[in-house]
Amino acid sequence: MNPVATPFFFYFLSAMALISGVLVITRKNPVHSAIALIFTLLSLAGLYLMLYAPFVAGVQIILYAGGIMVLFLFVIMLVSVSRVERESQFNKQWLVGIAATAALGVLFILVYAKGKSVFPERTVQLPEQLNTQQVAVWLYGTYMLPFEIASLLLLVAIVGAVVMAKKRI
Amino acid sequence: MLDYVTGYLSSNVTPGQAGNWVWALIYILLIFLGISLAVMGMVWLERKILAHMQIRLGPMRVGPHGLLQPIADSLKLLLKEDIIPENADKVVFWLAPLMVVIAAFTVFIVIPFGPTHAVTDMNIGILFMLGVSSLGVLGIIMAGWASNSHYPLMGSLRSSAQMVSYEIAMGLAVVSAVLMTSFNAGGSGTLSMIGIVQAQAAQHTWFAFKFFPLGLVALFVFAVAMVAETNRAPFDLPEAESELVAGFHTEYSGFRWSLFFLAEYTAMLAVSSIAVTLWLGGWMRPFPSWHGPAITIPNFWEHAAPLGAVDFAFSLVPAVCFFVLAAFAFIGTLRMPKHPLMKIQKGGLGALALVLAGIGLVLLIPPVRDRIQDIFWFVAKVAVFMYLYIWYRGTFPRYRFDQLMKLGWKVMLPMGLGVLIATAVVGVLV
Repeated sequence: MNPVATPFFFYFLSAMALISGVLVITRKNPVHSAIALIFTLLSLAGLYLMLYAPFVAGVQIILYAGGIMVLFLFVIMLVSVSRVERESQFNKQWLVGIAATAALGVLFILVYAKGKSVFPERTVQLPEQLNTQQVAVWLYGTYMLPFEIASLLLLVAIVGAVVMAKKRI
Repeated sequence: MLDYVTGYLSSNVTPGQAGNWVWALIYILLIFLGISLAVMGMVWLERKILAHMQIRLGPMRVGPHGLLQPIADSLKLLLKEDIIPENADKVVFWLAPLMVVIAAFTVFIVIPFGPTHAVTDMNIGILFMLGVSSLGVLGIIMAGWASNSHYPLMGSLRSSAQMVSYEIAMGLAVVSAVLMTSFNAGGSGTLSMIGIVQAQAAQHTWFAFKFFPLGLVALFVFAVAMVAETNRAPFDLPEAESELVAGFHTEYSGFRWSLFFLAEYTAMLAVSSIAVTLWLGGWMRPFPSWHGPAITIPNFWEHAAPLGAVDFAFSLVPAVCFFVLAAFAFIGTLRMPKHPLMKIQKGGLGALALVLAGIGLVLLIPPVRDRIQDIFWFVAKVAVFMYLYIWYRGTFPRYRFDQLMKLGWKVMLPMGLGVLIATAVVGVLV
């Protein structure tokens, strides 16, 4: 099937991601920030779909929007909102902030100016149907060892969290 | 126009795959309408069946045997005052029911009611379903927090803890079913909902009966987890009436409350459809291996293979069902009291009997009969699960919260992991 109205969806999803991303840092109420973050994550999932990566999009929705954000909200809900709203929202780190923004801006301008020669004109388009299988082949075949090391690291983190949280095991 | 319609109806792909947005829109509208009607029917059936389980009559006043009760209910809900609490967070309060409803309905995009009767077929079908249905919990949390009240907050805390824990057991059970799709001749599994049913057709079995008892255990884990996911009895702690008034939707009223209600029943239908698709053969009729000359499940509407006697008998079942319903309505009409005030009700019930019989007659026409089967069997299997939901509610006492967590983490999770590993081992050995 050929994609329909690609530019519209690209600009729509990008705008949604950017606007809600800005809302995440400007809202005073942490719950509002978290909800805006959910919308950012969902529109990123839409962008992954447009890049013919349905598996990544599905995992993005399940893990980030459905899993991690639930835990985020779970914790934030218990924080007293009235106290948070009296605290100052931003660190006063103007110098570092401006330097980082300038560096990022230079990077963007460089990518925009030189991108045509650096990146290949047409990337290889994976057939959408095989995306999940391709990810599986790479994860469990080519990159088996790094993948297993990462999962071991996560296991250690889980065990560590349990040990620290529970006084008597 | 007619050529266009019939030309489309004989195609072999879903509208999404064909890239035909007109038909996709028609399918979406049909599914939306169908689900709303099914929810209204469920409300009536639930009240009626629960009442009969407790030896009561249930709704009897509005229409014959309370048949019009759902309409009265929905009218009442629409006319009720819509209250937003003074100290509630207005935006989030407004957003929460929308979020729940959208999450519940979006799932139906990939549910295959038949080989071509789905809005679209996605490569990541089941993953998409699990992901989007897990977004519903966000709406519940938002509702509980935005109400700015103690009971809703408690309800939504319970709900999020419960849904996050049971999602894991659910996911493991689903993975073991997806694993089973890879044990066919080609050896490549699939996540697409249509592909999963086709894999069951190719392996000549429902996955519930594959590697007996592994498929059944996985279905059991899923069936328990799905009750917890949808916050229904006996796992309805988020809205436990005896402790929390109404849980996360205590502060909601009128239309907004009815959105939560709609979303709950839609989510029940959605998870039941997942169970049917993954383990009970989706649109396939019972005993798909008793078949005419062809071994593969044929396209009934193409008549490539001559229909066997068994096929023909099964293709009559939808019509017979409607005739039985019509007979019930007709007997009800005859048994109506002979009071003049009952005249309208009597006429209405008689008309309903006629309509049901008419639908049965239409279902006897050969092209319709062949084309409607897959939808009928899918809906019938989902209906069994919906009845089970009501049955659980009528019979099981509510769990305590620590019991619920213990069941989720110490029984269901190891069981799901065990089934997954056992399925993999058996699949490699066999």
